[in-house]
Amino acid sequence: MTTVNLVYFAWVRERIGRAEETLELPDGIVTAGDLLAHLKTLGEEYEAALEHENVIRVAINQEHVEHDEPIAGAREIALFPPMTGG
Amino acid sequence: MAGVPVTVRVQREDFDLAAEVQALSAGRHDIGAVVTFSGLCRDEAGALSALELEHYPGMAEAEITRICEEAATRFGLQAVSAIHRFGKILPGENIVLVVTASPHRQAAFNGANFIMDFLKTSAPFWKKEHAADGIARGWVSAKDEDDSARDRWSKN
Repeated sequence: MTTVNLVYFAWVRERIGRAEETLELPDGIVTAGDLLAHLKTLGEEYEAALEHENVIRVAINQEHVEHDEPIAGAREIALFPPMTGG
Repeated sequence: MAGVPVTVRVQREDFDLAAEVQALSAGRHDIGAVVTFSGLCRDEAGALSALELEHYPGMAEAEITRICEEAATRFGLQAVSAIHRFGKILPGENIVLVVTASPHRQAAFNGANFIMDFLKTSAPFWKKEHAADGIARGWVSAKDEDDSARDRWSKN
């Protein structure tokens, strides 16, 4: 088991219903993409938030990563929609 | 480019363009060009009463700093300042400011343009629209043209 600190923003946060949480992950979750697939099994709020998995952006320790990035050792993993600042 | 002053702030309060230009160029005699870009909240022909800007504290500052430092190196800028506001912003109010300085104008223009293109697609901010009639319009969708604007910088 691995413990991860997750933070969510914008409509990902609204659909999941919380801004942050700490979760225990089962073995076999290696990449950010594996994490998204696992979260979608946790309930309909996660399913709704992560339905279009390919548009979800991931940051590990406050830096953008691709979905194939390993998550081992991450202090903080953020999930959010495409950005619309500026 | 080591030693180039890069100032980044993420804040709720407004900013003053003249004060930021003054702070960036005060006491220097080597700067020949200063470009400022400021982005404001539009009312979409009266349909919008406000924008609510959410951000990722910590990463927002870090990501804008990375973008500004890359621009400083790429274009040979002498100084860069970037300020992005968060929270509720009304039509006509400032959202974002970028100030770039260089010996000659093209580097400052290009640097500011580059910073804005990357800021829009990579800095962790999200806009939610508040409608004038009180009905929530929801989150602003990311635009393909913003991705295209960013990608043109890697084509040469």
